[in-house]
Amino acid sequence: MNNSRFVAWMTWALILGMIWTVVSRVSSDQPQAQPGAVAKEGFAAPDFTLDLLGGDKVSLSDLRGKVVLVNFWTSWCPPCRLEMPAIEKTYRSYKDIGFMVIGLNLTAQDSEQAAAGFVKEVGVTFPIALDRDNAVGNLYRVTALPTSYFIDRNGVIRSVIVGGPMSEALIQSKVEELLREGE
Amino acid sequence: MFPYLRLGPFLLQMPLLALLLGFWIGSTFIEREAARLGLNKEKINSLISYGLVGGILGARLAYAAQYASVYLANPLGLFSLSTSTLSPVGGFVIGIAAAALYAYRQKLPLRPTLDALTPGLAFLLIAIGVSHLLSGNAYGAPSRVPWMMYLWSDYRHPSQLYEIFLALVVFTIVLPKIIPAHAPGVKFVQFIAFTAIARVFLEAFRGDSVLWLDGYRAAQVMGLVVLIGCIVLLRQWERTCQHESILQ
Repeated sequence: MNNSRFVAWMTWALILGMIWTVVSRVSSDQPQAQPGAVAKEGFAAPDFTLDLLGGDKVSLSDLRGKVVLVNFWTSWCPPCRLEMPAIEKTYRSYKDIGFMVIGLNLTAQDSEQAAAGFVKEVGVTFPIALDRDNAVGNLYRVTALPTSYFIDRNGVIRSVIVGGPMSEALIQSKVEELLREGE
Repeated sequence: MFPYLRLGPFLLQMPLLALLLGFWIGSTFIEREAARLGLNKEKINSLISYGLVGGILGARLAYAAQYASVYLANPLGLFSLSTSTLSPVGGFVIGIAAAALYAYRQKLPLRPTLDALTPGLAFLLIAIGVSHLLSGNAYGAPSRVPWMMYLWSDYRHPSQLYEIFLALVVFTIVLPKIIPAHAPGVKFVQFIAFTAIARVFLEAFRGDSVLWLDGYRAAQVMGLVVLIGCIVLLRQWERTCQHESILQ
């Protein structure tokens, strides 16, 4: 195929592409946000209500308006233990400007005593939720520990980190990014 | 969807593995094409290495620059193995700049070098499609077509399969024997043009498009701009060739 013929074909492709772009644009009456709640970036975070270590309950939906980090962990998982101090430090730095952490212990694979012991050892001050029947772990398709979900003020999952340990810089940069959006 | 494979204490990220495999096989295509075009294979390999290393470093530095205060307080975070603290745009720009600087200093001929890179880049696009299929990213819009796939709690266009199919088509087309190029650099521009056309077509079936004013999909608009650039460039080269042949 010589160059002129190729350019002619490309010009036709360009015209058709323009028409296709106009035809396939998303009209204003189509919903732009992902409607379902799925544990995936860009989707609304599935809601849950769990008992907290030491009593009381927490619901994710009650935290709407805050940037939330949901961190799935167990006390026997080495990277979970390694990243917990960095999460705690970030929580203390940003909690007054709209940041919240839920340390979601997969209690079905752990024990409340071991979880409580570790929380005391590290000096964790954010709420620790107990997933006693792994229901939330299954809902969030947790396949590896730790797994962290960064959720924006509108309840949309913006970042998922599978495995760890997360560095302090990683956690803080993700939190700052989401907090800046609300300014 | 098959995002992770657990091997004892290690968690293998399958999408990343697909990309690495694509890069490795793509490099062998580039080597073969470089030899066919009479280019220095070692220099072309070094060019790829400079681009790759520059891209990775650039992606991390560009990300860190966005959160300078965080990284100044925690400089060790720069060495994190996490791929979620990389800036794709920063990596792309700095990777290209590093490769271009190396090519300039080594006096590599621009157009034949781009031609040599073409089959490798085309193969990498197939690998990117496979990585999307494994991760479930770049998912399709909700649909009830007979070949729909269930993903992220809805029936959707299998956009990742479309992506792989079109990348295979582009790869096949840009192979030297299918459409022979008449001048250096033309093969590369043809590849970019075909890729842009594929993007414009495919994006309509995606469920995660970034939208611009009035609901236009950003990737389609960018694809059209790239296609216009390719047409202008090819026309200009054609005129230059005609001018040179008249002078001769």
